[in-house]
Amino acid sequence: MSILSEAQAKAILDKVIALSTADEVSAQVGGGITGNVRFARNDISTSGIVDEAELAVQVAFGKRIGTATINQFDDASLERVMRRAEDLAKLAPENPEFMPAVAKQTYRATDTFSEATAALTAEARAKIAEASILPCRERNLVAAGFLEDGQTFFAHANSNGNFGYQRSTVADYTCTVRTEDGRGSGWVASNVKDVAQFDAANDIQIAMRKAAASADARALEPGKYTVILEPAAASGLISFMMNFFDARSADEGRSFLSKQGGGNKIGEQIMDPRVNIYTDPWDPTVPTLPWDGDGLPRERTKIIDAGKVANLQYSRYWANKQGKPETAGWGNTIMEGGTKSTAELIAGTERGILVTRTWYIRMVDPQTVLLTGLTRDGTFYIENGQLMYPIKNFRFNESPVIMLNNIEELGRSVRVEDGSIMVPPMKVRDFTFTSLSDAV
Amino acid sequence: MDRRDFLALSTFFTGVALTPALFGKAIAADQLQNDIELAVKKRLADAALAAATAAGASYCDVRVGRYLRQFVITRERNVENIVNTESTGTGVRVIADGSWGFAATNEMTEDAVAAAARQATAIAKANARIQTAPIQLAPTPGVGEVSWRTPIKKNAMEVPIADKVDLLMSVNDAALNAGASFVNSLLFLVNEQKYFASTDGSYIDQDVHRIWAPLTVTAVDQSTGKFRSREGLSAPMGLGWEYMDGAAEDKFVLSNGLTTYGKSYDMKEDAIAAAQDAQTKLKAPSVKPGKYDLVLDPNHLGLTIHESVGHPLELDRVLGYEANYAGTSFATMDKRDEGFKYGSEIVNLFADKTQTGSLGAVGYDDEGVKTKRWDLVKDGTLVDYQTIRDQAHIVGKDASDGCCYADSWSSVQFQRMANVSLAPGKTKMSPADMIAGVENGIYIAGRGSFSIDQQRYNAQFGGTVFYEIKNGKLGPMIEDVAYQMRTPEFWGACSAICDESDYRMFGSFFDGKGQPSQVSAVSHGSSTTRFDGINVINTARSLG
Repeated sequence: MSILSEAQAKAILDKVIALSTADEVSAQVGGGITGNVRFARNDISTSGIVDEAELAVQVAFGKRIGTATINQFDDASLERVMRRAEDLAKLAPENPEFMPAVAKQTYRATDTFSEATAALTAEARAKIAEASILPCRERNLVAAGFLEDGQTFFAHANSNGNFGYQRSTVADYTCTVRTEDGRGSGWVASNVKDVAQFDAANDIQIAMRKAAASADARALEPGKYTVILEPAAASGLISFMMNFFDARSADEGRSFLSKQGGGNKIGEQIMDPRVNIYTDPWDPTVPTLPWDGDGLPRERTKIIDAGKVANLQYSRYWANKQGKPETAGWGNTIMEGGTKSTAELIAGTERGILVTRTWYIRMVDPQTVLLTGLTRDGTFYIENGQLMYPIKNFRFNESPVIMLNNIEELGRSVRVEDGSIMVPPMKVRDFTFTSLSDAV
Repeated sequence: MDRRDFLALSTFFTGVALTPALFGKAIAADQLQNDIELAVKKRLADAALAAATAAGASYCDVRVGRYLRQFVITRERNVENIVNTESTGTGVRVIADGSWGFAATNEMTEDAVAAAARQATAIAKANARIQTAPIQLAPTPGVGEVSWRTPIKKNAMEVPIADKVDLLMSVNDAALNAGASFVNSLLFLVNEQKYFASTDGSYIDQDVHRIWAPLTVTAVDQSTGKFRSREGLSAPMGLGWEYMDGAAEDKFVLSNGLTTYGKSYDMKEDAIAAAQDAQTKLKAPSVKPGKYDLVLDPNHLGLTIHESVGHPLELDRVLGYEANYAGTSFATMDKRDEGFKYGSEIVNLFADKTQTGSLGAVGYDDEGVKTKRWDLVKDGTLVDYQTIRDQAHIVGKDASDGCCYADSWSSVQFQRMANVSLAPGKTKMSPADMIAGVENGIYIAGRGSFSIDQQRYNAQFGGTVFYEIKNGKLGPMIEDVAYQMRTPEFWGACSAICDESDYRMFGSFFDGKGQPSQVSAVSHGSSTTRFDGINVINTARSLG
């Protein structure tokens, strides 16, 4: 039941919308089958399968909104979920910022589904765990990791006749390898739409090499350093920053994108001219659903264009209030890069620090997007194009805005994190490390 | 880690977010007060226990859960959303062939839970293939049919929505009238109705309640381009609607008028103070970096305790089960055996799953273990960890400490932090007495930015409000303060702790851990505490 076909999903949505007595109704049905396996101390620790689907209904009486969801699809359940949503709407006060449901839209499908990923079995998951654990057992290393994969469907409709349906897949793998004495630690991650692009036996070698090579780390003085941030390390800061591209906050004067004296920084140069960031639902590497939460169709949109702010995200309410066109919320982030790999960036570096990943990143000051966090699982000193020795982890206090003004070189952009962002490895000068960490 | 902050939460439920799958299905307000019949839960549990045993499981536990939440979300003079959610289902965990297996279903029929039990058993048997050592469970006596309820005075779920809307609108009005540019306020109510049964012979029915009332006030000066926010000084609590009474006896007032709260919160009063503080922050001087003696309010220190004591003393982290996500711990078992000095002689840190009003208080944990209080750090020395049943033998214990928790019927239970608290000082001392003894210091209240490494050595904390202390007197508010610390040195610099009359609880509503990630709620009590010679940095930057 949980993977509904387009026809099945549409039948349910049509039926539930017809049950409404409200002024308007929007409904969504989504679900999927997700499997996981978790391992630690070179043993499987937990694994499971979750198979579920859920129907959500939002109704409006005037400017009063109610929302209810249910995970049964018989006629009585559809009736019940609609009555619950209507009851809640009648209890809610009017919301002056209420926006009516979107009109009928046209969507161009994005390529978010892989048959190979959808076909992954519990046995295949166990083999991936085994491919991670066994080489570590043989080399006196200790693996802890997690694989989660799933196929999902999502459909939405409203009383204006709008409708969309699409299926997606994702497989997300992370593994930390530590030396038995706890003095070395390495990490690898892979997030793919299609499991054919993922090879645990190959990936685990990266984490194993970094674990072995990171023992006997030396302490460097905190300070400003040229760093090479691997894509996962850079993404930690950049994806955090992308949460603050909201037009309303900027216009209200409470964002790093607010302009002194009022208004926002659209059109202003805030980063190095080599920085180009955009969103594109059809990107083949990080495809995303072709609509946003309101049902507006997503478009390819420039966010940072040659270091200038090109666009901010407008809610429908704020767009109308500011006299801007209604545009869909962004579904992915793509930062353009160059052609070099991380290894090639290292080879061209006289002195610097390689950072495998960044960790526990938190906002220190929203005025400047000053973030703090730490390096983790493989930090190395570079001299004359070579990794010379492992160094102790650092705490950083750095703003991604300042970081993207201090670019020396960008490498080839790759898919990282949850599969919704592409970031290049990057060489950055004057990256601010403020203290040492003894953590391995 | 706090994975979700107030901002993220507001965004999630504001406007168009139609799929609150994370929090379960939404239901009408009047249905929040019903419960599943006890006989139905027992019948489902027995069906699962029997099916697992028949399929070859040597142990089985069943959790039949109904998880209710209510959110009222506002900004300025608007109610942005009211959301009621309900999630009901059954999780079955088994040991078969020495390995764990887990499966869950939202179908509330005996056939469905029996099928889940068989699926869990099959998964356990599949996992056993590469398992190197069989799971060992510390014995836990079956307790028969028992029940426990959070000792609330007034069920917040039963308070009419109109009353909640009126409260938040009055709070926002007060903030705006006091000069706030913007204000967000929220009510977040939780009721976990949990039924646990196991092959040990326990049938435990629990009704757990929690409440949180966060607010954020922002002041903007467009002429300078500066903006500053001041969070509310409430704490999420394991209490009912009585927490919102604002009782005078639960207020703690400093000589400069700063008011913090104990088991009762005056949200409107705090909103007015927040509006005034946010405006003061716009003009407050920036801190001069250097070494300071810090005087930390309990509603600030709680987060430092959480990160630098609660997490590193979770035994699953110590053993490496969280190595790929939350991390491991510097507080390894050899340190406990060698009597490692975690802090100064006056530092006594204890775990307690029974504290009234705390977020972590329950009668029994999610594997049927009766809860208790125990010492973690005694007179400055590391003495113990937090364990669950399959870890106890590793640290030489013959029983679990009762730290097992799952955030849903559909999540597998695992080790989560107990309420971990700093015992109050034994000699009489008020915050005013403490401040009087500080020559060059900073007073910090409320939570701010927080970050700590994966072994819990190196941490950096901000706060909500900061006041200079000079020659024993509280001075003006200062800004851009964060302190950096290394855990054992920080606790070693603890030089004074106020007495029991100043003891209050901080709370973390969304502590994240595990893969797939789960949240849990936990409190941390302390009295106002002094730490000497702590490194303070200035966090002001310029974007040019």
